[in-house]
Amino acid sequence: MGLLSKKDGKLITDPLADNNPITIQVLGICSALAITAELKASLVMGIAVLFVLGIGNVVISLMRNIIPSKIRIIVQLIVVAALVIIVDQVLKAFAYELSKTLSVFVGLIITNCIIMGRFEAFALGNGPWKSFLDGIGNALGYAVILVIVGFFRELLGSGTLFGVPVLGDSIEKTGVYSIGYENNGFMLMPPMALIIVGLIIWVQRSRNKALIED
Amino acid sequence: MGLKSNLHNLKEKYKGTKMAPAFNAIHTFLYLPNEITHGGTHIKAADDLKRTMNVVIMALVPCLIFGIFNAGYQHYAAIDAAAGITKEVSLFGNFLTWDNFVIGAWTVLPLVIVSYVVGLVVEFIFAVIKGHEVEEGYLVTGMLVPLIVPVDIPLWMLAVAVIFGVVIGKEVFGGTGMNILNPALTIRAFLFFAYPTWMSGDKVWVHEAVDRTGTPDAISGETILGSLAQNNSVGYDVWDMFYGFIPGSIGETSTLLILLGGLFLVFSKIGSWRIMLSSVLGAMAMGLIFNFVADSGMISESSKFFALMNTEFWMHLLIGGFAFGTVYMATDPVTASQTNKGKWIYGFLIGFISIMIRVFNPAYPEGVMLAILLMNVFAPTIDHYVVQGNVKRRMKRLKVKTA
Repeated sequence: MGLLSKKDGKLITDPLADNNPITIQVLGICSALAITAELKASLVMGIAVLFVLGIGNVVISLMRNIIPSKIRIIVQLIVVAALVIIVDQVLKAFAYELSKTLSVFVGLIITNCIIMGRFEAFALGNGPWKSFLDGIGNALGYAVILVIVGFFRELLGSGTLFGVPVLGDSIEKTGVYSIGYENNGFMLMPPMALIIVGLIIWVQRSRNKALIED
Repeated sequence: MGLKSNLHNLKEKYKGTKMAPAFNAIHTFLYLPNEITHGGTHIKAADDLKRTMNVVIMALVPCLIFGIFNAGYQHYAAIDAAAGITKEVSLFGNFLTWDNFVIGAWTVLPLVIVSYVVGLVVEFIFAVIKGHEVEEGYLVTGMLVPLIVPVDIPLWMLAVAVIFGVVIGKEVFGGTGMNILNPALTIRAFLFFAYPTWMSGDKVWVHEAVDRTGTPDAISGETILGSLAQNNSVGYDVWDMFYGFIPGSIGETSTLLILLGGLFLVFSKIGSWRIMLSSVLGAMAMGLIFNFVADSGMISESSKFFALMNTEFWMHLLIGGFAFGTVYMATDPVTASQTNKGKWIYGFLIGFISIMIRVFNPAYPEGVMLAILLMNVFAPTIDHYVVQGNVKRRMKRLKVKTA
């Protein structure tokens, strides 16, 4: 980590585990439940948030001294909306099927609490480089949870990863399906995503007792 | 020096070690512990949690035995029906036979064993990790689970569902007595949503029907609710439904035995008669509304709801899992409402909603499961308002007196 000082490094590593936006701050839950039935969609959503939050944090940080504080929410919304529209258009142009899967949730990145939360809590008070690292760190923390949830939901719900069948063919009955295994339809439903997020929170807090609130 | 005193000595030896809860669970299951009560006031009563649970299990045993015979009977009846033979049920002629028992025991007992072994292993693991005593809650759940699943459910699915139900339904809330949802129904709901092909349709209710699909020996057995949801006529008469010679989940078919079990629970003061009675009233109220709608011609006979709506309101009590759910699941003291007035509201809504789901959503013929789970969630809210209402009334009385 020659590139980053120790303090800057923590900006990235903290949100990955002990200050994770989803499991600790409990932000951005709705998109985590809605689009994690497929690993690919989870990953793309993670990248989209990474792009929006990384650049958005820098832009807000650069403007932090000229934004009148009375209208700062509106300014933040314009910045994030502009970035989200770019992401949305890029997805529609190059990955149309995927953008249909993600449907309204790309647009809803605008209202994702993680983004507004980081703008308010960090970018308005810190320089652009630090804000960039903070944005990247938080977006990665969000993406990690999404990918974990998406991994289990796609593997156990459809028997595939990134759309590639890894457990055999469920209709032809090859692989593990030949001994009677079946896909778990419950995994594809949003309630199961909530339960998986809950299990991640459980595991995390039982490993690190300091995180348990009373 | 019998087994009893040996166990007591062992208990002293293992006191305070990690495995102590697991040992104590077996010990107190077999014998009364030799501890005497200490501290101040204590109530002497024989009905501890283990006694309560055993009474419920006793009420369930007739359903289990009937389910074993019925599993065999439905198997042979479906084979005969496929061969074009229609036969009448006769209790001693072709129901309580050795052949039926063998088939039934061979399919049902593994379900019971898997349910108990997997569930108790999870309970023991949690007790050892958390350092508390193993609680008796699973004794009843473990018996309920095999009675509310279809005969041919694969054992590994049941095991997965039991782990899910016990961990997510009960242990995360803090174990027996803390759970919001009925664990047995959580297990069934998990199976229902995770593996719908094994929990509904016209094949899973009869032993071997799934294996024989597509072969010349294919057999099937549609449940009554399944036939009604497709507007088909039902080939069973009312007494068959009442006695339980119909396809369905293992223990839920015989309304007669469930009724006897229910009476036993009421007279031993384990089950709440308020909940049972009010669910029946709720179901009949919804049934009457649907009968009225069907009779008044508001919907035509071609409507997909017609057959279910036109079912006589009292027949809803006999078919499907309504009776079983009302008697054994809705009355679960942990998840039901605690106040007497709350119990009336809770039970009535269970009956009302289960018939509504049953009729309006043919994809979910077993409305009673979803209705009970839904009302489990609302039970604390009902209690809250009943208690607050009581507080308000008394406050008013107090004000009138002092004024």
